[in-house]
Amino acid sequence: MKDLPDSQERTVALKGLGTSRKRVEDARFTQGKGNYVDDIKLPGMLFGDFVRSPHAHARVKAIHTEAAMKVPGVLAVITARDLEPLGLHWMPTLAGDKQMVLADGKVLFQGQEVAFVVATDRYAAADGIEAVEVEYEDLPVVTDPFKALEPDAPVLREDLAGKTEGAHGPRRHHNHIFTWEQGDREATEQVIAEADVVAEEMIYYHRTHPCPLEPCGCVAQMDKVNGKLTIWGTFQAPHAIRTVVSLISGIEEHNIRIVSPDIGGGFGNKVGAYPGYICSAVASIVTGKPVKWVEDRMDNLMTTAFARDYWMKGRIAATKEGKITGLWCHVTADHGGFDACADPTKFPAGFFNICTGSYDIPTAFLSVDGVYTNKAPGGVAYRCSFRVTEAAYFIERMIEILAIELGMDAAELRRINFIKAEQFPYHSALGWEYDSGDYHTAWDKALAAVDYAGLRREQAERVDAFRRGETRKLLGIGLTHFTEIVGAGPVKNCDILGLGMFDSCEIRIHPTGSAIARLGTISQGQGHATTFAQILASEIGLPADSITVEEGDTDTAPYGLGTYGSRSTPVAGAATAMAGRKIRAKAQMIAAYLLEVHDDDLEWDVDRFAVKGDPERFKTMKEIAFAAYNQAIPGLEPGLEAVSYYDPPNMTYPFGAYVCVMEIDVDTGQTEIRQFYALDDCGTRINPMIIEGQVHGGLTEALAIAMGQEIAYDEMGNVKTGTLMDFFVPTAVETPHYTTDHTVTPSPHHPIGAKGVGESPNVGGVPAFSNAVHDAFRAFGLRQSHMPHDHWRVWKIASGLGLHG
Amino acid sequence: MGKQHYQITVNGEARDVLAEPRELLIHTLREQLSITGPHIGCETSHCGACTVDIDGRSVKSCTVFIAQAAGREITTVEGLGTPDAMHPLQEAFREHHGLQCGYCTPGMITRAYRLLQENPSPTEEEVRFGIAGNLCRCTGYQNIVKAILAAAAEMNAAKEAAE
Repeated sequence: MKDLPDSQERTVALKGLGTSRKRVEDARFTQGKGNYVDDIKLPGMLFGDFVRSPHAHARVKAIHTEAAMKVPGVLAVITARDLEPLGLHWMPTLAGDKQMVLADGKVLFQGQEVAFVVATDRYAAADGIEAVEVEYEDLPVVTDPFKALEPDAPVLREDLAGKTEGAHGPRRHHNHIFTWEQGDREATEQVIAEADVVAEEMIYYHRTHPCPLEPCGCVAQMDKVNGKLTIWGTFQAPHAIRTVVSLISGIEEHNIRIVSPDIGGGFGNKVGAYPGYICSAVASIVTGKPVKWVEDRMDNLMTTAFARDYWMKGRIAATKEGKITGLWCHVTADHGGFDACADPTKFPAGFFNICTGSYDIPTAFLSVDGVYTNKAPGGVAYRCSFRVTEAAYFIERMIEILAIELGMDAAELRRINFIKAEQFPYHSALGWEYDSGDYHTAWDKALAAVDYAGLRREQAERVDAFRRGETRKLLGIGLTHFTEIVGAGPVKNCDILGLGMFDSCEIRIHPTGSAIARLGTISQGQGHATTFAQILASEIGLPADSITVEEGDTDTAPYGLGTYGSRSTPVAGAATAMAGRKIRAKAQMIAAYLLEVHDDDLEWDVDRFAVKGDPERFKTMKEIAFAAYNQAIPGLEPGLEAVSYYDPPNMTYPFGAYVCVMEIDVDTGQTEIRQFYALDDCGTRINPMIIEGQVHGGLTEALAIAMGQEIAYDEMGNVKTGTLMDFFVPTAVETPHYTTDHTVTPSPHHPIGAKGVGESPNVGGVPAFSNAVHDAFRAFGLRQSHMPHDHWRVWKIASGLGLHG
Repeated sequence: MGKQHYQITVNGEARDVLAEPRELLIHTLREQLSITGPHIGCETSHCGACTVDIDGRSVKSCTVFIAQAAGREITTVEGLGTPDAMHPLQEAFREHHGLQCGYCTPGMITRAYRLLQENPSPTEEEVRFGIAGNLCRCTGYQNIVKAILAAAAEMNAAKEAAE
């Protein structure tokens, strides 16, 4: 039949896997028709906001609410005493600890929630907050995790007095949370003792914050008539929030509906549960009216989940030829006042044990000590899988320092230690099974793309010119080869609060050949409505344009663990493909009936089943969909629907090779990114346009973190970077132009071979920027200088090396 | 604080609002007039998510009192195009993947709209400086810049064709 489009044309028409399909989300966003939490307006809606502590550590002696209650529009002021009878003055954290919802006798960090004022509008709430008087008694403040572990350090968590056992094993000090050990201590210490060369360094990855442009917030509505509590909120994991709300409130789970509407960026900040959610729900139950709480930027930066704050002491051992023989690491992890890390339960330091990186390191040992301090709780994965960016930064700094120790080129040192393509699946010394990789190919491609040898020549000439007094600018070449671990995760070892970290997809094919797919994940800008339809289009042969993707409403979406840790594509993407295959399996039976042949006599051809050897006899998916609803087929139920709950057999391990070329003005400390080349291998590529966009965005967040962004505290526990004036978010002016590239090494265990990409550029970007700064000063003796590398700190490096004359 | 009547023009339509003088324009737009394109990202004029056009200038509406806006003409992203006839900037942002979560997008497009009135043929550097008051956490700006340059070319070509 010559008038039929050939299979290639039909494939193109589907806009399936591998096409740079334009985003279906964009029409509403570009026209101002998004629907974010703060856009929700319900009849009679009230507004709640917090009285927050100005102190980092203080006893709360009294809270006087009488004056606030007289402020026009103020309806209620809720304190811990009001929540206590409900058992809601504390709430469980994702890390097995508990956290105050409202100050219960004391405060542990600046900005902590002390009272919740409910009023008719946000102005009245603000007036009410001003009128609440709180009497505090200052207590000694500890913001340094090392000082927090000294014997006479102030006791932060009086509620844990006498508890020597925490959620993750023994506690050895009143401010100690857990010790987590992986690998072989004895063997590693022996390798280090006997090694030709050992490089030792303390690497600090400073405290920062995901700072999505939309802050956190919610609208809670208790419908007293039907007994149903609905919460619209900035939730990266709506189903988990529903279960948590049910467990702590006692409301049956079917009477709770959690909705994540459009989310204005998450980056890990919106994974956890915050006091605002609890207080809004309680306020709605008490008043019978919907209650909105939306934090402002200072609240966001000062109190909702921070990221990093890892002091990583490392030792790396090698032969004199540069073959790495062992890696030792001890982390002092500053968790703030409550342990509210968002990690799978069995991993109190996340997947930090990926810290052997891209290298074949036979022996390794890691231990992590979690510590309480007078800082905000959190410890979320800011655009990375759990603690992977800390691990990648650690190993990529240690490699550079080892190269200095050995007097070797850092690119060559990496090359001789990479895990080889034929070693996959590779079992790391710290317990992971890397699924696939081809690091040498990626590395060679990256170095060739930037003319690495030429750059090194230019750098050497620059150093000579600098020494001759002919220039005041140095050139840094920042290298990184990172390996990620994403897609948490297999239910056998990954759960959050006991909930296995599978994910799900439910598909309904409509009679006229279009479809709706619902997933347990929730997009925060990743473009799921576009890309998941592409996966499905390729699986079921209906055009992506005819497939609606819906997420975020727990009343309609199948149960899933949400979107963070680059898990959507590896887990929910796999569920989508598997549900699509179930649809196709039933479609094959329907086609067999319609064509009056045996199922086995049919073969799949892009968008149809055709009779083997007779391609002109076929039924398209569109025809099959209609038949599913209008034919009585013996032995088959009507309809065409499927659901898949996918439990991944392993994590996926995306990787990449980045090169950053940086000009540094020695006299001002100013830095300029001259070139940034990013090669990513995320396995099968679903939508190259979206991948590139994710890489640009992740690199820019990495630029921010490496070059200036931090949550800094003074010794009194005051947050010094609580606004966007002080907390660095790059503008279009500071942000460089990026060159992206790729190799494709599919995951062998994922149904379509995809690995996930959203976080790779942040994981690889931070060490690339930081290594560029360090590399510029290598010739002058710099080994390690802590991030962020803002102009002042870079100037101090130059000054410390005597480069200012 | 007592409420007063204020007259403003929003997207070509005269509106009368009853508000306390201290009410911020962004709240008047979003909560009284249900114009929710402009967003709130910081309330301190740093992020630009609330950018609107007032009398031909880009203004961050989170730091303007309604009392200051009285009598003025305000344009938001909702006033730039219609679903059937989107503004070239709205088309270009989609075409060049100039947005991800969409939260900065209305402010960014509204700023870009004014930038292209001020400078119809900007260089890449001029675009980057021209949108430096608007933060985006998702895109790294590269595709935003590309979209604005493409829209400028499109608008200039349309203008030339009309002449």
